[in-house]
Amino acid sequence: MTSSLFFIQLLNGLQLGVLLFMLSAGLTLVFGIMSFVNLAHGCLYMMGAYFAATVYAATDSFVAAGVAAVVGGGLLAALVEWVVARRLYARDHLDHVLATFGLILFFNELARWVWGASPSYMNVPPALSGTLDILGVMYPMYRFAIISAGLIAALGCYLLIAKTRLGMLIRAGSLNPTMVAALGVNIRLLNALVFSLGGALAGLAGLMSSPILSVQPGMGEPILILVMIVIVIGGIGSVQGAFYAALMVGLIDTAGRAFLPMLLREFIDRSSAQAAGPAIASMLTCIFMATVLALRPQGLFPVKNK
Amino acid sequence: MKVRLTLVITVGLLLVLAILPLYARWLEEPFLLTFSTRALILALAALSLNIVLGLGGMVSFGHALYLGLGAYSVGISASHGIDNGAMQLLMTVVLCSVVGLATGWVCLRTSGIGFIMITLAFAQMFYYLFVSLKQYGGDDGLSISLRSNFGGLDMGSPLILYYTSFACVLTVVVWTQYMVHAPFGMVLQACRMNERRMSALGFHTLRFKLSAYVLSCVIAGVAGFLYANLTGYASPAYLAWTVSGELIVMVVLGGMGTVLGPLVGALTLLGCEELLKGMTEHWPIILGPLIVLVVLLARRGLFGLALDWDARHAQAKVQL
Amino acid sequence: MTPLSKAPLQTQSLVKRYGGLLATDNVSLSLVHGELHAIIGPNGAGKTTLIGQLGGELRPDSGDIFLQGDCVTALSAADRALRGLARSYQISSAFPEFTVLESVALAKQAHGGHSFGAWRALLKRTHLVDAAEHAIAKAGLSHRISQRVSELAHGERRQLELAMVLVSQPKVLLLDEPMAGMSHQESMKVVDLLAGLKGQYTLLLVEHDMQAVFALADTISVLVNGAIIASGKPENIRQSPDVRSAYLGDEELPE
Repeated sequence: MTSSLFFIQLLNGLQLGVLLFMLSAGLTLVFGIMSFVNLAHGCLYMMGAYFAATVYAATDSFVAAGVAAVVGGGLLAALVEWVVARRLYARDHLDHVLATFGLILFFNELARWVWGASPSYMNVPPALSGTLDILGVMYPMYRFAIISAGLIAALGCYLLIAKTRLGMLIRAGSLNPTMVAALGVNIRLLNALVFSLGGALAGLAGLMSSPILSVQPGMGEPILILVMIVIVIGGIGSVQGAFYAALMVGLIDTAGRAFLPMLLREFIDRSSAQAAGPAIASMLTCIFMATVLALRPQGLFPVKNK
Repeated sequence: MKVRLTLVITVGLLLVLAILPLYARWLEEPFLLTFSTRALILALAALSLNIVLGLGGMVSFGHALYLGLGAYSVGISASHGIDNGAMQLLMTVVLCSVVGLATGWVCLRTSGIGFIMITLAFAQMFYYLFVSLKQYGGDDGLSISLRSNFGGLDMGSPLILYYTSFACVLTVVVWTQYMVHAPFGMVLQACRMNERRMSALGFHTLRFKLSAYVLSCVIAGVAGFLYANLTGYASPAYLAWTVSGELIVMVVLGGMGTVLGPLVGALTLLGCEELLKGMTEHWPIILGPLIVLVVLLARRGLFGLALDWDARHAQAKVQL
Repeated sequence: MTPLSKAPLQTQSLVKRYGGLLATDNVSLSLVHGELHAIIGPNGAGKTTLIGQLGGELRPDSGDIFLQGDCVTALSAADRALRGLARSYQISSAFPEFTVLESVALAKQAHGGHSFGAWRALLKRTHLVDAAEHAIAKAGLSHRISQRVSELAHGERRQLELAMVLVSQPKVLLLDEPMAGMSHQESMKVVDLLAGLKGQYTLLLVEHDMQAVFALADTISVLVNGAIIASGKPENIRQSPDVRSAYLGDEELPE
């Protein structure tokens, strides 16, 4: 195992990590502020990917695709919030789970109907294709662009939450929602904005993913589960926690998939190792989460409640 | 004489289910028998979920895991030539108890959103595990050539399988009816209502919740055992989170925490699916929003509504 | 740490911090068997934190708690309840879907030892029902015995709380503001009830209702900023200058 291979996997892990962050930031805020379990978040990611792929195929403009994904994701999220979510804030989590489960069935079938069941593909935009020399290692430029976009998004979240008035309201809302409402803040608008922001980020993640993953109905759910693991590890409601946990999970998952089969080949035959490797890598993240929950049930960076 | 709607529904439903195979034979519709067996088996899984969800208030989004474990117990033993039903059933019970105990202990360290997500994550973990087991079919699943054999009772016969499933459902329904009013059931429901108070009264709440959880896992495993015999197949798809979600819908649609609710819910949901499948290939587009509407409007569930009807009319009589 | 005596309930140098705030500041209490020991103090004094530690829901940072001479500091709330410590709650929501009888019978079942029974109904177990009916009668709630808890009036819920703590025949009762939000008439009923319990039970009462406290208490401890600034007979507490200054602007002590 060479050091350059190790470095590449490190970068891949970082790339998955920032993607997970883009998805978990919005979701953890919705969990933390409205205490709303939004299983349909994966659908926003999927729709963002579809919007991006469709617009790119029509216009050949990555920027246009980006706008479609981000704005589309945000608007779709606002629609979901308006029609379904806001009627359920006062209800218990089971109702959220059921309603959003119904939405998943709807959106996946909608995607199948409109775009077909077979995967769609989006090409890497020419400006971002090719490789980059990073510290002596050749790394795909596009993946590096994802890392950059993700880190910029993380910085943007940080600035929004720490430095703006809206961010202050968001922080207050995650600590004490009733108080914020009592203070006369338009809590309905705040909730809708938080939901939409999450949707926009999910759309961005969908945009960034489409050139490297296949865009198909049901693509949101496998990654949603990983996102939920990230949120539980990071601490529900904590964007900061989501950031660190996303990077950790991204690295563990990537490293597991890349290196475990190699490691296993020392002990068992090649084909079994090839098959078992990815499964154990997936299990690794679950085991990581189980360990964190066993030792620190509130997560690694919990929001400190009064 | 007071007519209780719930009693009418219960007796009526059980009677219909008891004579259904004869009706199916008379109609010469074997599909009806297969469909009903499937409905009963999934109802059994929903009944098991009702114990932790309806009574205990624990939202487990990973119950399909135990359905899968039961199915694979049959599949894996059959692939090694073991078709002894008792052995397969034993394997199911042991496997589900051990896995249920281990995962339950970890999951019950959280509550609320965390619990939902961690149960989902564990189910997903085992899904990936079964996908990776290439020697047992992997992603394609494992076909089962030998059905479970309990000496005289061969699960390969559709009629025997139907009545076995019906017997299991009946047993769980009757037992649950007693359990709900007995100490164990009362403690479980009280823990859902006010766990803090229960601790202060002297109950070690974790022990009760964990016991209920493991029991529920074993019953779901039995459902998986029967399911494998029905389909002749064991597949990772049985552990999919969509299956866990459907089980939750069945419990809530039928009436959470009620004794007969999960059975009513299973029959209703699966019936609706068949109906919609007949109308359009894009049936989830209709079912999805339907589920949303049920959540928004009919939270008590169908059997729950019947219970409410009875309660209102009982009170009316008292007032007279 | 060894207990000083076999007092029903005793604490030694109990300390609890929340970040920089000292919520419980070196509290040492010792109850006498059969007495009603009241804890009073201005808002924010730390009464809820203290009761939480006595009940077992909160762990003290240092110090010990003794129940009948046995050290229970490390025991959970459930274990302490099984050893005879019963606690009533200020915000009583208890079990909304159960009836009064079911709630109290369940409270008794905790000490029954066979709570895993899954066949014979709770209410068919006569020993539980008899004990429950007896406790409900004592709490003055017999006329509402079959009522659902969610349909009880506020004062009646307090009576239910008392029935639930009484049914297990505890050694020590921790009563967390049992008269909060009650009308004068309702409070008087509770005062009579509690007066009748003294001697047979040992009670620790946290209350704001000064009339009730001075009518009932054998000993009063005053908690201010987490520390006990005075402890003794009601007449002495009434005349203590420290207590008066602590209460200036908060409550008027009855003359």
